[in-house]
Amino acid sequence: MSEHSTSPGTDKDPDLGAVENTVAPSSDTVRVEHAASETEGAARGAGLMSGSFGRNLGLLVALFVICLVGVITTGERFASVDNVVTILRFASIVGVVSIGMTFVITGGGIDLSVGAIVALASVWATTFATQTMAEDTHWLVMVFAALAVGGACGLINGVLIAYGNIVPFIMTLAMLASARGLAEIISERKTQIVRVEGFNDFWSADILGLPLLVVIFALVSVGGWVLFNRTTFGRRTLAVGGNPEAARLAGINVKRHTVLLYVLVGLCCGLAALMFIGRTSTGSSTHGQLLELDVIAAVVIGGTLLTGGRGTIVGTVIGVLIFSTLSNVFVLNNQDSSTQAVAKGVIIVVAVLLQQRLARRSTST
Amino acid sequence: MTDTPTTPSHTNQPLLTMRGIVKRFPGVLALGGVELDVRPGEVHCLLGQNGAGKSTLIKVLSASYQPDEGEIHWDGQPVTLSTPQAAMDLGISTIYQELDLVPDLSVAENIFLGHEVSRAGFSQGSETNRRTRELLARLGHPEISPTRSVGRLSPAAQQIVSMARALSHDTRLLILDEPSAVLDQGEVNNLFRVIRDLTAEGVAVVYISHRLEEIRQIGDRITVLKDGSTVASGLSAADTSTADLIKLMTGRSIEYVFPPRGDAAPTRGEPVLEVIGLELPGVFSGVDLSVHAGEIVGLAGLVGAGRSEILETLYGARRPSAGTVRVLGRELRRGSVPDAVKAGVGLAPEERKSQGLLLDQAIYRNITIATLGRFARLGFLDSRDERRRALTVTESLDVRPAGVDRLVRLLSGGNQQKVVLSRWLLRECRVLLLDEPTRGVDVGARAEIYAVVRSLADSGVAVVVVSSEVEEVLGLADRVLVVREGRVVHEGPASEIDESRVLDLVMEGNAA
Repeated sequence: MSEHSTSPGTDKDPDLGAVENTVAPSSDTVRVEHAASETEGAARGAGLMSGSFGRNLGLLVALFVICLVGVITTGERFASVDNVVTILRFASIVGVVSIGMTFVITGGGIDLSVGAIVALASVWATTFATQTMAEDTHWLVMVFAALAVGGACGLINGVLIAYGNIVPFIMTLAMLASARGLAEIISERKTQIVRVEGFNDFWSADILGLPLLVVIFALVSVGGWVLFNRTTFGRRTLAVGGNPEAARLAGINVKRHTVLLYVLVGLCCGLAALMFIGRTSTGSSTHGQLLELDVIAAVVIGGTLLTGGRGTIVGTVIGVLIFSTLSNVFVLNNQDSSTQAVAKGVIIVVAVLLQQRLARRSTST
Repeated sequence: MTDTPTTPSHTNQPLLTMRGIVKRFPGVLALGGVELDVRPGEVHCLLGQNGAGKSTLIKVLSASYQPDEGEIHWDGQPVTLSTPQAAMDLGISTIYQELDLVPDLSVAENIFLGHEVSRAGFSQGSETNRRTRELLARLGHPEISPTRSVGRLSPAAQQIVSMARALSHDTRLLILDEPSAVLDQGEVNNLFRVIRDLTAEGVAVVYISHRLEEIRQIGDRITVLKDGSTVASGLSAADTSTADLIKLMTGRSIEYVFPPRGDAAPTRGEPVLEVIGLELPGVFSGVDLSVHAGEIVGLAGLVGAGRSEILETLYGARRPSAGTVRVLGRELRRGSVPDAVKAGVGLAPEERKSQGLLLDQAIYRNITIATLGRFARLGFLDSRDERRRALTVTESLDVRPAGVDRLVRLLSGGNQQKVVLSRWLLRECRVLLLDEPTRGVDVGARAEIYAVVRSLADSGVAVVVVSSEVEEVLGLADRVLVVREGRVVHEGPASEIDESRVLDLVMEGNAA
């Protein structure tokens, strides 16, 4: 926009400090005055922080309770460094996809196809042809393949949702079916073992004593938080999810933004596929089975509104940790996966109820 | 039909008495001791600025909210309105400002929603439709089909459906919250006829409106609210002077004034906004419009004449089939809002809440949403700067309460509109399109918004205003275009046309 001011109250000069322009109701002139307004803004900022903190507190309490149960029932076996690393590694794949999903859901959408995209990307990155090319050149070819497949699937989802006006639920349901089907066709339902040494070496390495998968989860979480809370992309995501019509009339390209959201989650799926391959040294059309449920559950108990317009990366991360810790406690207690599933369901309901209570209290202050 | 404001005969025992009603929300005292008496067969008007507590009071009456203190007497008996169903059972029906109909259900289904006509659990379609037709005929709208889906009706017809729903219960007290906001003059007259029919049958009506002339026309007595308390009650609608009412509402005496027009002749030089032959099939065609810097152009016309659509189309929110829009000589891409915004056009849309605002976001985020790039470096936002700049603008428009971190949902209508204006003020737009800028805005805040719009024009912005209120168009604009059935039927200086002439032009058959 033009820098020369055409309207009152909008002279852009960052050096002026707090500038206050006043249009007095009774006059048609514009006065420019100075006012100290910084302090109030800062105080309100702190108030907002405590609001979202209140929401996350319930989740932390839940996580703490689960940990407490773990310590009481299995003692040292739960509270060891090794076990904590195991929990984090278990959380990492779901976590990376959940960060992407937080954006999509906050933006008013949903992606049911994440598990299928992970499978397709993992297969595509480990086909004979891809691996041969990787051996001839560099193992990064596999990384590129997985990310490209994930991004492309997201692009297809996004374009058809935004420009084809297909409901996200239906579009990504279709992608769920076809992407996994395609993965089965390509792999002929066989598990594809990775023989590229460089790839295996890199993905099984530890960094500062932590498995690479955990480090990736941490980096994606931090990156996601910054993107969500500190950038125009994040702010537009909130606007698009909160009131798409108002966002459109404010000049935001809502359709393009929607496409970007699905590409973002697609890329997260590509990354998750690589993590799967790294952990198991295989690519398979069965990778990421029902991943979408774990991801959506984590995002929703984290406090992101399914209807869009409100989301939290911190909440998502805690949500992911709650589920992986829960699974760990059950496994250590030799409980089967069926009991685990029941507990998961109960946790979802209790966490959401608890959260609503806290959210009501924190928004009312 | 008694339509005289004299006290009807059977009335000295009030139907409803509210004493000392207090309602607190965290951090806010919404109602601080409201008194209200409503007699059977009267139209009792509730007056007050936005934020005075009218909406909260209605919600207490319809039992959407529970009061924290106070007594409610119905027919002389103390009652507790614990659920909306309990209020309905007593005979209290409410028609809200924002109509609460289900768009995909039929007219009949909407009217009998929650108390379906059924036998042994099976709904009785033909009986439902018969009773629906009866109700609609009683309301003077027999042409509305009971089987039509409500979403396809005009706002005015939707309101009739809401009224029919209220009447489908055994209603003794009907609450109307700004019923005339979505209606044109003919429909308002019909509404008044219906209200008089009801009061003649002994139904009491609580009527809320910002339009004083309507209150004079339909009201019997007036209760004035200010800052959550009753400041006057039982005033005669016919005899109380406007000045007194405004003084009671605002606590100060102000005139319903429009700011003076600038004396410079703004029509010289190149126009800032130039529209040639704009057409949206079935809605409007052949619209030419040019607005110069510093000029305010008003579009008058009936609801549905195509005024809002013209604004939305030249803003790029709708794609025209023909015509060009130029801003400062540059042609805009058809149907592209981002292109219009980039060129310096801003829109304050008709439906503020659903089209203009992110209700659950902070004020400053609503303001900076159209200017985000300016606060970002490589995509990273400087939200301190955002808040600071937003605060500068909201203070210049006197958005109350002060501060930019409050959720927009918590603001009154007038202040919400100021937030929308702030957005475009911050953007320094060259062309400002205002669709019903003062709908749901109280008298005091209106004057402020008029002053802001005029001062924007004086600083060189080209402004286009659409309003259902002819007085507003004539008072605010330099030049007026009258739109009828998608065509501009008159164009000329606002000073050379009066209200009755505009109404002539607007109504069918009387055009020049």
